[in-house]
Amino acid sequence: MGKMVFLCDGDRCIECNACVTACKNENEVPWGINRRRVVTLNDGQPGEKSLSVACMHCSDAPCVNVCPTNVIYHTDDGVVLHNKDGCIGCGYCFYACPFGAPQYPQSGNFGSRGKMDKCTFCNGGPEETFSAAEVQKYGRNRLAEGKLPLCAEMCSTKALLAGDADEVSAIYRQRVVERGFDSGAYGLSQGLGRKA
Amino acid sequence: MRNPAASLLAAAVAVVALLGLWLSGPAAAQDVRPPAGAAASGEAARPLDPALPQAMQYPPVADQWQAINDGTRGFVNIPDKKAGRLIQTQGMEWLAWRNDELRRYGAYAIAGMLIALSGFFAVKGRIKVEGGLSGRLIQRFKPHEIIGHWLTAGSFLVLALTGLWLLFGRPLLLPVLGPDAFAVTAEIGKYMHNFGGFVFMAGLAYIFVMWVRHNLWDRYDLNWILKGGGLFAAHSHPPADKFNFGQKTVFWMVILLGGALSVTGLTLLMPFWFVDEIELMQFAQIIHAGLGIGMFALMLAHIYIGSVGMEHAANAMRSGWVDVNWARDHHSVWVDKYEAEGGEERQGPATPPAAGTAPPAHPQAAE
Repeated sequence: MGKMVFLCDGDRCIECNACVTACKNENEVPWGINRRRVVTLNDGQPGEKSLSVACMHCSDAPCVNVCPTNVIYHTDDGVVLHNKDGCIGCGYCFYACPFGAPQYPQSGNFGSRGKMDKCTFCNGGPEETFSAAEVQKYGRNRLAEGKLPLCAEMCSTKALLAGDADEVSAIYRQRVVERGFDSGAYGLSQGLGRKA
Repeated sequence: MRNPAASLLAAAVAVVALLGLWLSGPAAAQDVRPPAGAAASGEAARPLDPALPQAMQYPPVADQWQAINDGTRGFVNIPDKKAGRLIQTQGMEWLAWRNDELRRYGAYAIAGMLIALSGFFAVKGRIKVEGGLSGRLIQRFKPHEIIGHWLTAGSFLVLALTGLWLLFGRPLLLPVLGPDAFAVTAEIGKYMHNFGGFVFMAGLAYIFVMWVRHNLWDRYDLNWILKGGGLFAAHSHPPADKFNFGQKTVFWMVILLGGALSVTGLTLLMPFWFVDEIELMQFAQIIHAGLGIGMFALMLAHIYIGSVGMEHAANAMRSGWVDVNWARDHHSVWVDKYEAEGGEERQGPATPPAAGTAPPAHPQAAE
């Protein structure tokens, strides 16, 4: 049984935003929502760093813990998914999430929240796999096709890695050895509390 | 861009261009001298230099983790500039407050109030009208006052119950109703809560304008407080005007708590309209839920004394017409003023004095 993770190598990301675009296109993400975003630190300064962020599919996910209707859950692969049918748009998962992953279309009254939308690790949702309802509500189910999330698959510098935690960390470990320094990637160092 | 080959090519071109900028730009800006390994850098199969290329000698991202954990913002291309914040850690504290403290102390407050009211009822019983009902009715509340009261009260009960549904639903109701039925009730509850809030705010504003002049401090209040509202002595009814000090306390609690609930509720209903920081949204949620439960517990006492706790009290908010004997017990000054003004009277049911109660012996309002 694997544990699916994302890892963004902070010394490789070039802020091309292709992951953002790929995600929006592949999953037909609703207007106004970006399941993935690229944040650039010290933008325009020497030493500028960029990181691509989405749902980190936490093992002990605060959103799963807080959801009043209990519709957010872990799959067997460790992917955090949610059932939009039970979502009431209360916004609590957004308050709890450290990464700002849950987002809401402005479809409710007074421009308030519709049903929550977030990164699915390209793993669809609780609807029947490959069904039209699944695509419409959650986007593509690439994991069921034996593929990885498109954002990571098409990352031009391979800064963004997705896959089983053991394989991703092995790749990153090899990178650190090869280049002789550890940049502290978004995902591993954060989760392990490791200082470079 | 449906053609994968074309998109790959475009991406490759973009990456090469960006990489070139990224590698050369900062280095050139930092240091005009050629780097130490410049002569060797042109060679194809150079062994890995222990001294890193100049372009990579900036502090690695790892050094910035502490700042990122503290909420450092970066630049984002997407319209939502708040997304520039990589991490907010206070959500975990909010989660603990919302899931543990709010549920625990909220349950304590409601259970404690129910136990206290049950104990009070067991000891004191139902407060009777001294001397029974006379059959003479006088008008305590006009129809518009009754409407204002029930507009506020009805919407508050809907808000309180739907709010409690959201806070306690997952541990208490979800296992009973099942996920689908519970989600439907929760969604209906959310809409009732969102729209009901505006009814509540309208009612709140209405009762404030209508009753505030009756709820200011007057010369009977100190005496009423000293006698504890007549709670500790049999057949003791300190004089009071239209509202006694206990009712004034309820009024100001409703206005203040209701006002705070309105402000925090609007903040939650319209995310990021009034506040910029997610911490303030979390703060608003805790305040809103905490005050809401507290107000619900207080209102349980108000509901008790207006219904089972006191004979005839509910008539004041049912028809607005109350028996003059009941009114003399609790609002003797107001009755005197009413009769002095020659207020209208109606006929109502009369009952003999309850067995064991003293005959009607009302102290005059002038003490």
